[in-house]
Amino acid sequence: MRGFLAVYLRELLIIWHRLPRMLLSFSVSPTLYLVAFGFGLGKNLTVGDRPYLEFLVPGVVAASSMMQGFGINVEINVARFYLRIFEEFQAAPISNWAYVLGEIFGGVTRAFLSTLVILAITALAGINLHFGPVFFLGVFLNAFVFASLGVTSAMLIRSHADQALVTNFIITPMVFLGGTFFPVEDLPAWARWPLKLLPLTHASHLIRSVAYGQAVPVFSLLVLMVLALAGLCLAYLSVDRARD
Amino acid sequence: MTAAVRVEGLVKHYGKISALSGISFEIAEGELFALLGPNGAGKTTTIRILTGLTRPTAGRAFFFGRDIFSSPLYARRLAGLVPQATNLDLELTVWENLLIHGLLFGMSRGRIRERAEELLRFAGLWERRGDRVRALSGGMRRRLLIIRALMHEPRILFLDEPTVGLDPHIRRRLWGLIKQIQARGTTILLTTHYIEEAEFLADRVAFLEQGRIVALDTPQNLMAALGEVAVDLVDDEGLSTRYFRTREEAEREAVKLSRAGKSVTIRRVNLEDAFLHFTGRRV
Ligand SMILES: Nc1ncnc2c1ncn2[C@@H]1O[C@H](COP(=O)(O)OP(=O)(O)O)[C@@H](O)[C@H]1O
Ligand SMILES: [Mg+2]
Repeated sequence: MRGFLAVYLRELLIIWHRLPRMLLSFSVSPTLYLVAFGFGLGKNLTVGDRPYLEFLVPGVVAASSMMQGFGINVEINVARFYLRIFEEFQAAPISNWAYVLGEIFGGVTRAFLSTLVILAITALAGINLHFGPVFFLGVFLNAFVFASLGVTSAMLIRSHADQALVTNFIITPMVFLGGTFFPVEDLPAWARWPLKLLPLTHASHLIRSVAYGQAVPVFSLLVLMVLALAGLCLAYLSVDRARD
Repeated sequence: MTAAVRVEGLVKHYGKISALSGISFEIAEGELFALLGPNGAGKTTTIRILTGLTRPTAGRAFFFGRDIFSSPLYARRLAGLVPQATNLDLELTVWENLLIHGLLFGMSRGRIRERAEELLRFAGLWERRGDRVRALSGGMRRRLLIIRALMHEPRILFLDEPTVGLDPHIRRRLWGLIKQIQARGTTILLTTHYIEEAEFLADRVAFLEQGRIVALDTPQNLMAALGEVAVDLVDDEGLSTRYFRTREEAEREAVKLSRAGKSVTIRRVNLEDAFLHFTGRRV
């Protein structure tokens, strides 16, 4: 338990020391998406019977919490290859669970901060959406899934350059295809089904449905829970691979 | 009495490279044991294996009689590690670095506060406790690195080239610190490629070369194997050294040589002589 606390507290302290810079950087890309696609492109656009902006905001929350959750891998890489602090964890009498959960919650915390930043920005735009407990549960699960994948990839790669490859080929495409900017439902079946395999598609579906005040999509919720569990196990198994 | 550290036939291969080819040694409780060898000899590899950072290819190791590879958590609680490359959290404060380490080793908040204050005062860093590590000088970072490893009161401390790259006066200050740590009862394994460091600090020294221990004894015994007094002589073939049991023998030889027109110096045998003798090369 103290091991988990140590790993998580370290991530919190890093966030704390960088908070102003971090909040600023969290606000950049969501603001750009909202301005470019929401206000610029989508002013007169509607999806279903909703203004496009209301469609977009939950999507940007999902995409952004995915990226910030996965982004814990950058911190881990810095700790591993630059600061070499990772060796402190390897030499400490803590379990791999403590390490993995500490880092995952570090990623989840970042994801929540970025979500709050987006909600603050959109509050200014006066949008009619609901942000209840299930909305935040969706953010949590989504961030958890991708933070655990972030930890896994950080353990498996051998250099910082490998990491950029993973991000460019997996995370960035998902931002554009996983229900952030357009409804996956409107696509022809051959395109719809592959996209439904993406975790982000389920996260944005869940987060958007509850933000709309609609019924909770139980299937997507279950998918995310299973993925979170699977991601946690993957991350756990990957830790020993980082020992040479 | 069981040894604090016992290593039996430790082997480590990195692909085709053999970093360690079967080394064995024992360290008694409270002893300061030095591994002395040139870069690439296998010093860091030895320490990384004993602190659980690297898995050995073969061999066994024990802390106080207990196998460290089958009881890794036991071994990690007993060991403190000062790695060769400083690995502090630069963005965190001095205090926060100690706090995280204490939590990692299961210490209570109250105990962490006590111990951190004691060690910060011991290392002369108390006034800097609120500063980011980024703002500290190299010597201060080294001291912080050492006291961080002492936070959880390890019974065995591993110091991997603790003074490399530091100014001579800072090095001497660290030597004092290391002696004090030993005086408090901690068993220490130190690696270095500075011969005078091993000579000054170590109770016993192992000469490590290309993954093998070529000699192991107290500095006095290692030097005594050559003699007491050395005569350096410079001629057309360069520098060579001869060793003698007594000063008289050495002086007789020196007089003879200088009559023959050679340039000679008489001095005491030092650990470098022993190192050169056993390894056939310079560090
Ligand atoms: N991770 C590694 N991968 C491949 N070779 C390594 C690795 N670590 C050390 N070596 C090799 O093992 C040998 C011993 O290295 P090391 O233990 O670092 O020596 P020292 O600390 O005495 O300078 C060297 O030849 C080094 O190149
Ligand atoms: Mg080394």
